[in-house]
Amino acid sequence: MIGGLFIYNHKGEVLISRVYRDDIGRNAVDAFRVNVIHARQQVRSPVTNIARTSFFHVKRSNIWLAAVTKQNVNAAMVFEFLYKMCDVMTAYFGKISEENIKNNFVLIYELLDEILDFGYPQNSETGALKTFITQQGIKSQPQTKEEQSQITSQVTGQIGWRREGIKYRRNELFLDVLESVNLLMSPQGQVLSAHVSGRVVMKSYLSGMPECKFGMNDKIVIDKQGKGGATDDSGKSELGGSSGKQSIAIDDCTFHQCVRLSKFDSERSISFIPPDGEYELMRYRTTKDIILPFRVIPLVREVGRTKLEVKVVIKSNFKPSLLAQKIEVRIPTPLNTSGVQVICMKGKAKYKASENAIVWKIKRMAGMKESQISAEIELLPTNDKKKWARPPISMNFEVPFAPSGLKVRYLKVFEPKLNYSDHDVIKWVRYIGRSGIYETRC
Amino acid sequence: MPAVSKGDGMRGLAVFISDIRNCKSKEAEIKRINKELANIRSKFKGDKALDGYSKKKYVCKLLFIFLLGHDIDFGHMEAVNLLSSNKYTEKQIGYLFISVLVNSNSDLIRLINNAIKNDLSSRNPTFMNLALHCIANVGSREMAEAFAADIPRILVAGDTMDSVKQSAALCLLRLNRTSPDLVPMGEWTSRVVHLLNDQHLGVVTAATSLITTLAQKNPEEFKTSVSLAVARLSRIVTSASTDLQDYTYYFVPAPWLSVKLLRLLQCYPPPEDAAIRGRLSECLETILNKAQEPPKSKKVQHSNAKNAVLFEAISLIIHHDSEPTLLVRACNQLGQFLQHRETNLRYLALESMCTLASSEFSHEAVKTHIETVINALKTERDVSVRQRAVDLLYAMCDRSNVQQIVAEMLNYLETADYSIREEIVLKVAILAEKYAVDYTWYVDTILNLIRIAGDYVSEEVWYRVIQIVINRDDVQGYAAKTVFEALQAPACHENLVKVGGYILGEFGNLIAGDPRSSPLVQFNLLHSKFHLCSVPSRALLLSTYIKFINLFPEVKGTIQEVLRSDSQLRNADVELQQRAVEYLRLSCIASTDILATVLEEMPPFPERESSILAKLKRKKGPGMVPDIEEGRKDKNVNGGMEPISTNATTKSTPSPSTDLLSLGSSPALSSAPPSSSAGGLLVDVFTENHAPAAPGVPMGPVADDNFSRFVCKNNGVLFENQLVQIGLKSEFRQNLGRMYIFFGNKTSTQFLNFSSSVICQDSLKTQLSIHIKPADPTVDGGAQLQQILNIECVSDFVEAPVLSIQFRYGGTLQNIAVKLPITLNKFFQPTEMTSQDFFQRWKQLSSPQQEVQKIFKAKHSMDTEVTKAKIIGFGVALLDRVDPNPSNFVGAGVIHTKTTQVGCLLRLEPNTQAQVGGPERVLACALACARCRAVPSPNASLSPSLFTDVPSHTTDKQGHCIAAAL
Repeated sequence: MIGGLFIYNHKGEVLISRVYRDDIGRNAVDAFRVNVIHARQQVRSPVTNIARTSFFHVKRSNIWLAAVTKQNVNAAMVFEFLYKMCDVMTAYFGKISEENIKNNFVLIYELLDEILDFGYPQNSETGALKTFITQQGIKSQPQTKEEQSQITSQVTGQIGWRREGIKYRRNELFLDVLESVNLLMSPQGQVLSAHVSGRVVMKSYLSGMPECKFGMNDKIVIDKQGKGGATDDSGKSELGGSSGKQSIAIDDCTFHQCVRLSKFDSERSISFIPPDGEYELMRYRTTKDIILPFRVIPLVREVGRTKLEVKVVIKSNFKPSLLAQKIEVRIPTPLNTSGVQVICMKGKAKYKASENAIVWKIKRMAGMKESQISAEIELLPTNDKKKWARPPISMNFEVPFAPSGLKVRYLKVFEPKLNYSDHDVIKWVRYIGRSGIYETRC
Repeated sequence: MPAVSKGDGMRGLAVFISDIRNCKSKEAEIKRINKELANIRSKFKGDKALDGYSKKKYVCKLLFIFLLGHDIDFGHMEAVNLLSSNKYTEKQIGYLFISVLVNSNSDLIRLINNAIKNDLSSRNPTFMNLALHCIANVGSREMAEAFAADIPRILVAGDTMDSVKQSAALCLLRLNRTSPDLVPMGEWTSRVVHLLNDQHLGVVTAATSLITTLAQKNPEEFKTSVSLAVARLSRIVTSASTDLQDYTYYFVPAPWLSVKLLRLLQCYPPPEDAAIRGRLSECLETILNKAQEPPKSKKVQHSNAKNAVLFEAISLIIHHDSEPTLLVRACNQLGQFLQHRETNLRYLALESMCTLASSEFSHEAVKTHIETVINALKTERDVSVRQRAVDLLYAMCDRSNVQQIVAEMLNYLETADYSIREEIVLKVAILAEKYAVDYTWYVDTILNLIRIAGDYVSEEVWYRVIQIVINRDDVQGYAAKTVFEALQAPACHENLVKVGGYILGEFGNLIAGDPRSSPLVQFNLLHSKFHLCSVPSRALLLSTYIKFINLFPEVKGTIQEVLRSDSQLRNADVELQQRAVEYLRLSCIASTDILATVLEEMPPFPERESSILAKLKRKKGPGMVPDIEEGRKDKNVNGGMEPISTNATTKSTPSPSTDLLSLGSSPALSSAPPSSSAGGLLVDVFTENHAPAAPGVPMGPVADDNFSRFVCKNNGVLFENQLVQIGLKSEFRQNLGRMYIFFGNKTSTQFLNFSSSVICQDSLKTQLSIHIKPADPTVDGGAQLQQILNIECVSDFVEAPVLSIQFRYGGTLQNIAVKLPITLNKFFQPTEMTSQDFFQRWKQLSSPQQEVQKIFKAKHSMDTEVTKAKIIGFGVALLDRVDPNPSNFVGAGVIHTKTTQVGCLLRLEPNTQAQVGGPERVLACALACARCRAVPSPNASLSPSLFTDVPSHTTDKQGHCIAAAL
């Protein structure tokens, strides 16, 4: 179990230190600082073992969060907790920065007391936490008995993530499918590795204790229905560039705690009582039949020892009616670059010396288009004969469809006790596909 | 020039550095550096000429980036260009860059060397200095090669400036240290010595360092330096502190030069010329006198400088070791320091005193400080100072004060730091032994030592006690008594048990007269500790027990009982088990006479260097231990008894295992005491019924890799390694068999003590009787030895017997164990029968105990002929045209044993639905074992287990087999 949790700033100064167990000594704080934050070689492993003590760390901008333990814990659990901790802190005071942590340190200690008990993770649902840990300091009049008992029953009850008696005039539901597509491609256009990791994020403003059911074009479900009879949703909702693809194969997925896993295991249907407000319903990953929104065609020519010519063509590969945004192509330059001339047809391109790369930005680009950039790089002859390693060209973008091909088929809401039906709920669905690590070798 | 107006400030550099300092994260820093590098690259591109100032600035930035830990792979050319600049600052930066970033890049090195050469030959002293510093800082072989000849010339040239001379001397010193072979000795060496007379004290200081290093290598050539050094030293010492101006440091005249001169003098013996000698003594006396004067300043620098000179003077006095008055004065001076407030001074005083203690003149003087030193040991806060105090006590110890010092050390040991405990233990052990007046005290001391710091008492220490007790008969009785008493403590250290076990085993009889320590009491006392000890100690105790049997016949019964107990005879540890078995056997069989011979008292050990001393030396590293012997060769303390010899220190350190008849190190030695007649007898004892003698003795890994091949055949090579090849030829008829085993010696040397035996595990002994004809004990190189085995199968069996051979090859004992391929199917007699008979019997075998079946995949592609051959080799008759399916194989046979005959039916069914042509054709095999119905089948569970094994051996295919017992 987690023995302690420390938060450091970028210099390695301790901002928060909470020790849960006696086996973690005071020197553990320094051990992590000396061996990881100030290590001579950059420590890349998120788990470090120092003197039989394990340190699990995540880094958020300049802030280090480190969980410490002497026991043989489940590392995945610890990281899940650390990420959750980050989420909770973000939900309370926004961006995790040194400034914010210093300003909220009473709150953070309060949170740490609540979500970890003797090193065992407890309820870390932001919505539930916010009901009894507030930012506004101590309320002038203490909470009423009913309120307190309500909180107790909610936190200890079966549905710890939602309290009873929520009422909205307008029942609304927002559903975002957020995906990031990762790619590594050879210069010849061969896909070396590709996967999509996606999240379904919901914001629900529903009254009462509604029961929701979420359906998507999961291959297993579609095939089952296909065998049983004709499906009613064939040809419906054509999003993205994929035309013939109707179902997707999900490699693995994880759900928010509100989803009934037994039902998913038996029927593969996703039903749940949603928490109030924003939450992440599921996370998933696919590797098959990914729609790659962009194709990068690099052309690098070395002219003697002191010159390099680079030409890069990008092609958008989705329906012309859709618009990709925030496109950025990053072309690495050799370390001995002494000068760069760039010509591009569209957008703006600039040599950024501090990053050793040419950065080409395009604001918007429709589907089935192409654009190109050419650059002349002058090199300074150097002493060592080391050849340039040619790092891959990377890309960033945002497209309004899901590259995995995932489609929302339905999201039904049932509330038997209150008098509103599925039709009265206003639902919004949005797809956003972003680039993860999207690289093409050159 | 615009650069001049900017001055030397290099604003750009300052801005860059402050930018880096202000970076919030490593990433930001890297970004800033990348940007700067790109900027510098674009500036260095070469199409436009840069002025000296910018070049200097950018080179400086590169240097700074390099010092931050980033690789720099350009800018060298610009730095080399800076070298040829006429401005000091630019040249300096150029040299700085070169010294820090030079790599053995050939074309640049040439340019750099050229620039350095130009500067060396210029008349400008600052440029020459820069060049010399660069050479010294780089100090590479290339540099040495290029300039080793030039620098001595500059050093001794008459017109060279003082500062350049200084640099040249230091540069030469550096080159001499890095590549001494490249610095030529020549006529300049004699002129270097005269630099000691130079007017400029800086030159003298630098030259003294150089001369000291050179003199250490060839003292002869620099002998003249002694008189010059003494003269120079006396001039400094006697000068008033104001005379030397710049070189007076806090009222101490030229302390560094003095220290260096004193060091130089330590390279040589005391000067022979009386005048010089007198002058030197005068100097040293003056230095000692000055130490008594009240300090001229309260600043710490003043006393530090003064003491530095003083300590160096004392080391010179100790080095010369010729003037008793000086030595005694030095000792008194150090005695004052022992109580000084400064920890560093106390440390240094203790350290110097250690060396003083070894001088015959000052030994007595040192001894007067014993109380102070003991006090230091007790009260000192710094562990390193306490360590020095221990060293000093060790060094000042002699016969007169040994009791006091050892007592103090033992006292201190209880509270000592863990890091120095072992060393103190060794020192106590050595002192106690070396200066022991009477040995009872010695024994007491060591036992005390074990009691106080048992964990730190190494093997060597208690080996040594035993050696001494055995070698000195006057102390044996006392030792036995003391050990016996010490053992009575409820918790005693294992080392004490070891010493106790050994001593009581040897000399227990000396105290057996007292009813309080009667033999039985002794034994019970030792045995009560037995179970708390580690394996080596237990082994030692077992040896003690057998010795008890010899010493006290009356406890024989008790001890035999203990040896016979399961915890001994069946101990999991081989060593203990072997000892228990052998000792028990020895005590049962041998007569008292033989026992007395075998278990005679240990003979005295030969005198040799104390192993403890060797260990202490090893621990501290050579030269660290002040050698008591070396210092006072003439004072041989304990007469002829002690192993102190003049060459004791030069002896190589013996390995600790040679010390005490290798206790617990080799099992063979422990059971065979060094008495040849008894040895022969022992062999008799153990060979009497040797084959089943050790039923539980593990034999090491049993080789059975070739075993399966012999299931279906009778002849072939069973085992082979680099030394030996074992071949087999066998024939079986009904329940009898004969096997010829051929042992081939593959080497060119003889095998000695060759013996072979067949070992049948537990139940197999009753099921199979094997007679082996003994073979010759030697096998010549390249020869073959034949041995005949007669086998009779009494009843059915599952396990195979193991052939174990033993021989001595080239001094090492070889053990080989091989599974003998004697399996139940060897006793098959094939029987022919008709199809009708076969199936009638087959159907009768219906109960589950009567059949075994197995389905397996074919490992190899199936060949009908091969399968047939294998089935016939298996022993059954292959019945043709019996099965309606022509692809099935059917066999029948009778297994003959002495008690019963068992009929067996076998059916092998290659799967007809197999995918034709595929490599994994499935084979089904049925094997039925028919047994006469009249015979009850007590071993029914055994037989099927054989058959489940068999098919995989026979056909090498996994399978499906049915075996049924009639």
